[in-house]
Amino acid sequence: LNTSLFAIQLFNGLQFGMMLFLFAAGLTLVFGIMDVVNLSHASFFMVGAYAGSVLAKVTGSFFLALPLTLIATALIALVIEAFVMRRLYRLNHLDHVLATFGLILMFDAGFLWWFGPDGLQINLPQSLRGRTSLGFVEIPTYRLLFIGIGLAVAIGLSLLITRTKLGMLVRAAASDRQTAELMGIDPKLVFMAVFVLGSMLAGLAGMLLTGLMEASVGMGEEIIIVAFVVIVIGGIGSLKGAFIASLLVGMIDTFGRTYLGDLFRLVMQPAMADGAAPAIASMLTYLTMALVLALKPQGLFPPVTR
Amino acid sequence: MKRQVWVTLTLLGLLAFFPLVTAATGQPFLRDVANRVMILGLAAVSLNFILGYGGLVSFGHAAFIGLGGYVVGIFASQGLTNGPLQLVVSICVSAFFAFITGLLAIKTRGVHFIMITMAFGQMAYYGLRALKAYGGDDGLPIRRRSDFGLFTLADSLTLYYVSFTALVLGLLLAHRLASSRFGLVLIATRDNERRVVASGLNPYRFQLVAYVIAGAMAGVAGFLLANFAGFISPAVGDWTRSAQLMFMVILGGAATLAGPLIGAATYLALEEILSRFTSYWQFFFGAILLGYVLVARGGLWRDIVARLSAKDRPT
Repeated sequence: LNTSLFAIQLFNGLQFGMMLFLFAAGLTLVFGIMDVVNLSHASFFMVGAYAGSVLAKVTGSFFLALPLTLIATALIALVIEAFVMRRLYRLNHLDHVLATFGLILMFDAGFLWWFGPDGLQINLPQSLRGRTSLGFVEIPTYRLLFIGIGLAVAIGLSLLITRTKLGMLVRAAASDRQTAELMGIDPKLVFMAVFVLGSMLAGLAGMLLTGLMEASVGMGEEIIIVAFVVIVIGGIGSLKGAFIASLLVGMIDTFGRTYLGDLFRLVMQPAMADGAAPAIASMLTYLTMALVLALKPQGLFPPVTR
Repeated sequence: MKRQVWVTLTLLGLLAFFPLVTAATGQPFLRDVANRVMILGLAAVSLNFILGYGGLVSFGHAAFIGLGGYVVGIFASQGLTNGPLQLVVSICVSAFFAFITGLLAIKTRGVHFIMITMAFGQMAYYGLRALKAYGGDDGLPIRRRSDFGLFTLADSLTLYYVSFTALVLGLLLAHRLASSRFGLVLIATRDNERRVVASGLNPYRFQLVAYVIAGAMAGVAGFLLANFAGFISPAVGDWTRSAQLMFMVILGGAATLAGPLIGAATYLALEEILSRFTSYWQFFFGAILLGYVLVARGGLWRDIVARLSAKDRPT
């Protein structure tokens, strides 16, 4: 086993896991608190990616574009919340799926019309392009930044939910909406805040990914399925579950793609192993979900209430 | 129910004579559209069976179409064009996939079920994409169509009437099942699962069997679609296709007999018309979908009317 390759894959898996977490955190919060299945979360991922690459080009600074992207995503989320989401809360899941799928189609066609079919990419500043030595191995600096931001968001979110007034309101509105209303909490404001926050996190994930690969129309539609897997494994509505499941899926996917071929070669003929490994590797995430569901149908960390 | 049957029979009557019309007016292109309506209509009928009657919001239904189609593609590329064999294997493969995934998915409810069926559907999609020997991402051309001995599906008129027959059989099966004891348990579970359990029935088994039947029926649609297009690619099984099928069912009316067929026809007609005006037609599709939910289901229209009339009458 090549240790430096292993370490690099470890960090790749961590980075992929962090991206999944940024994306899934918003999705699981919106579902856990508002009981809304929001497919258009995928579109906010794309909004963040495009806004990020455009703003980075206009301002000429990656670090300036980062907060601006968050603001832009938040503004669009506010509009969508006011015109669409607010009306969906009282409908059933099937309606949520249809309406937010409609939003995806509109976002995709709109972006295709506005930006054309060619992808956009962020020119990373010189300081992020190199590698950083961790003593035993050199890791691309940008991936380290990605992991750092993901960890910071995870800590910030858990503090926000458990330690602040807003977090208390959120938890109150989530666990019993009627009682919360009677206590004088306006659930509409809480819902709006959660939706905008979740969308901003998706936008952040999209922008950060654009430093690694091109932004393209429909880029969120693959991620959202993996994010669903993450949420199902972690337990719907659980932030802790989403974090752990994100890392788990990120690692399993990354290591599966790298090492499954070698593993298969031990037990089958090389040609057969080379054929089967990519197929199984791309399905590994889903097989993990199936295994978790078979053992714990409610996911690893099912919400206590509800 | 009676009216539904008459609407369905009228639609089927129209479809039966449609090739004569297109031949007389020299528009074979329209016959192809009608053929697609019937194939996707069959898939929508199968989805409606579990979604409409069963209340199981299955979001991975396109995967069964993909699996059924790939059986035709893989067999044809090996020189096996035996139609009955392909059809049986298509049905078995999609039914088996439905059984394995259904075992886990049907234990869950609500949003879990949506996400899990979506994830399993996507698993099949990635599995198909990884078939490097059979085209991988790009898909697989089908040079020789299914051969049934007496006839082959290479002839487009034959394929039309084979699709028609399959649709009729699918509708008949769905209709008979929905009004049988089996269907009643399914509908009762949708409406109130606790009461069904309290009546001493195990809804899990009924739902699983329904799920497998629906999967197999969608597999037949895949078999027909592959023969129709002469091509199969993983994109057929993508989750966005599942969403389209769901749209068809809802558009035409869930838990009705004619609904899925009307939905498929409306969907494809909209696609044909909108795509002639603009290449960004999906935008309008999305707007229609969103508008439908907000207006018809969310009471947007009612709210607007209420607000306007409130302005008219100063208090």
